[in-house]
Amino acid sequence: MEALASAPSPLIALVGNPNCGKTALFNILTGSRQKVANYAGVTVERKEGSLLTPSGLRVRILDLPGAYSLDPLTPDEQVTADVLLGRRAGETQPDFVVCVTDATNLRQNLRLVLSLKRLGLPMLVALNMSDIARRKGILIDSARLSQELGVPVVETVGVKAKGVRALVAQLDALGAPARERPLAVWRTPSAAELEHDQAEVRRILGLTGGDRLDGVTLSDRVDAVVLHPVAGPLILAVVLFLVFQAVFAWAQAPMDAIKFGVTAFGNWLGAALPASLLKDLLINGVLAGVGSVLVFLPQIIILFFFILMLEDSGYLPRAAFLLDRVMGSVGLSGRAFIPLLSSFACAIPGIMATRTIQNPRDRLATIMIAPLMTCSARLPVYALIIGAFIPQQTLWAGLQLQGVVLFVLYVLGVVGAMGVAFVLKRKGPGAGYQSLMLELPAYHWPNARGLAIGLWQRVEIFMSRVGTIILALMVILWALSSFPAPPPGAMGPPIQYSIAGHIGSWLAVLFAPIGFNWQISIALVPGLAAREVAVGALGTVYALSATGADVSGALTPLIAHSWSLPTALSLLAWYVFAPQCLSTLATVRRETNSWRYPIIMAAYLFGLAYVGSWITYHAALALLS
Amino acid sequence: MATPCDSLAVPSFSASSSSIAGSGSSGSFSAVSSCNPIAGASAGYIAGSSSSVGLSSSSGDMQLTDLGIGTCARVVSVVQHDGKAPVELGRRLAELGFLPGEAVRIVAKGLMARAPIAVRIGTGTFALRLFEAACIRVRPEQPTA
Repeated sequence: MEALASAPSPLIALVGNPNCGKTALFNILTGSRQKVANYAGVTVERKEGSLLTPSGLRVRILDLPGAYSLDPLTPDEQVTADVLLGRRAGETQPDFVVCVTDATNLRQNLRLVLSLKRLGLPMLVALNMSDIARRKGILIDSARLSQELGVPVVETVGVKAKGVRALVAQLDALGAPARERPLAVWRTPSAAELEHDQAEVRRILGLTGGDRLDGVTLSDRVDAVVLHPVAGPLILAVVLFLVFQAVFAWAQAPMDAIKFGVTAFGNWLGAALPASLLKDLLINGVLAGVGSVLVFLPQIIILFFFILMLEDSGYLPRAAFLLDRVMGSVGLSGRAFIPLLSSFACAIPGIMATRTIQNPRDRLATIMIAPLMTCSARLPVYALIIGAFIPQQTLWAGLQLQGVVLFVLYVLGVVGAMGVAFVLKRKGPGAGYQSLMLELPAYHWPNARGLAIGLWQRVEIFMSRVGTIILALMVILWALSSFPAPPPGAMGPPIQYSIAGHIGSWLAVLFAPIGFNWQISIALVPGLAAREVAVGALGTVYALSATGADVSGALTPLIAHSWSLPTALSLLAWYVFAPQCLSTLATVRRETNSWRYPIIMAAYLFGLAYVGSWITYHAALALLS
Repeated sequence: MATPCDSLAVPSFSASSSSIAGSGSSGSFSAVSSCNPIAGASAGYIAGSSSSVGLSSSSGDMQLTDLGIGTCARVVSVVQHDGKAPVELGRRLAELGFLPGEAVRIVAKGLMARAPIAVRIGTGTFALRLFEAACIRVRPEQPTA
């Protein structure tokens, strides 16, 4: 792929303010031909795609992170400025810049256009969301705007394939990139220059139209309710609660289908293959392990669907606004809410998203508590235990008891996180003022295409983790559980004599005070690689150690039968706090560029988990006796 | 209540910020507060009416935090930090569009004390913490009803 970089396909950079619809435009231009990676040395997401123009020109398109200014305050903005100036190692300076603007918000967006013009790179301006502008009665004379700005201006609609025709035609006309790149120069503007820019924006908009200052917009009317001091938090609580209920209720049918499919395939394989070590590996190692993790994919998809919807509709920053005061009371900014909410899906993107927090101390606190947010990898573990131990019982108003227990686990994680953040705030150095300055973009309906692409990218990441890390661990665990073979004439299940059995019995001593048996103790070891692995590991441990009819039985009735309720509750508490994910610790290492913080994190989380499980176990024992 | 804007600070924005504050205009603001405006009232929207520059114009000014919900106003100036706030505060506010002459309106305020406020600036909306909003001086467009 790297060789292609030297081929004469021009590199186009999409630049724009946050919330200008740039990513939607990028999605429509490149479709599924996208590569998502990180910029070298930082955790800023790098999105590149390609486009084949009608005349057959292959164009590379780089979706640069949103920026308000070329004087960076965040790592995102730093990347954008560095790439444009050609001073980012490993990145080619773009041949051409497409400055994406929100046609309904030109007053803000045109200042960046003026800054980019000053850079001296060849560019054009895309008037994005031009359909929404027209519907709002904002009419912009784009020919006049082009004349005043001195660069081409095209209208685009980032959510429709037809909406980028004019832009594609302009890119088509670019041809092969020039050998000599123009030198981009940037000098931080003075306050006077910023004001001068704004005066220029006002002058241009006066000539071209598009400066209609809305009175009370539809978004304002929605905000009057959604941001209402009393109604707002209530709506937020309802939204979050509905999401968690849906994760459980809607996912049931597809989960049952996957379970059925995996079982049927395992039976077919068992009948078709002759008895051998390979068959044992395939059915009890690979299929049992991956199959029991795959089954929870529907829940993960539903959760991500809601997160993406909230993000795309513009509700997510409102939630940050509503929570800012609460977050502030424990020393976090409202901005920390978005990384923390992402951590409900997975702590890794959540920790990466903390780069938008400017204050380093605030950012570190957010990183430290991100693993306490209940990530989707815990769902398989929670679902297994809740399904086995909590009766399917409807409380009042259609509320499911299982859903309520799940909600309580989420709340526990959040309360724990707030407690830790509060301690960090007390112990940390004086914080001074922390900025919020969070844009609340106009509401709009989430775009199905963007949602599908976003969902697919996240599912792909989850699937590749299932396919690689988990499969490898399942096979290793199968081997640990199978070798050495039991001595001739042994009475117990074979796993007792294996390496895993020895590790498990040693760990069981450590975990006995919190009610864990040796099967759980074994499962927690591979579970360090990823939380969901523990479910597959339990499956393997039990499938191998069980005798007779239990082998074909599902894990759920098995553990319901062999674990006590206090043990189950103790394990739930363990999973609320324990750092059962090496990937998270590796991410923290990379984000903080130090081993100090991942070590501190692992130590405090294990301590918290052990204490939490001990209290849960002994409280449950006392209550049930 | 003391706000970051009440104390004196050297404008760190740029060397030229004091010059665009204009002769006399920064002095006129000292009557209201000791803030260092990024720009005096002479810049921006009042540019056309030189008569409004000076002390007389500052009497109707207020901090953005004191503006009622729904009342339209115009930005008069954005002041510098007090040394505790991030040095980039004033510059970033300007970059977001809080520039003299721009129309502002409070969209929402929180119930709890010290909750952030949602502010319409031009055609965009931003959530600001109170210390950020306190750095913005505005003049209501019409008398508060």
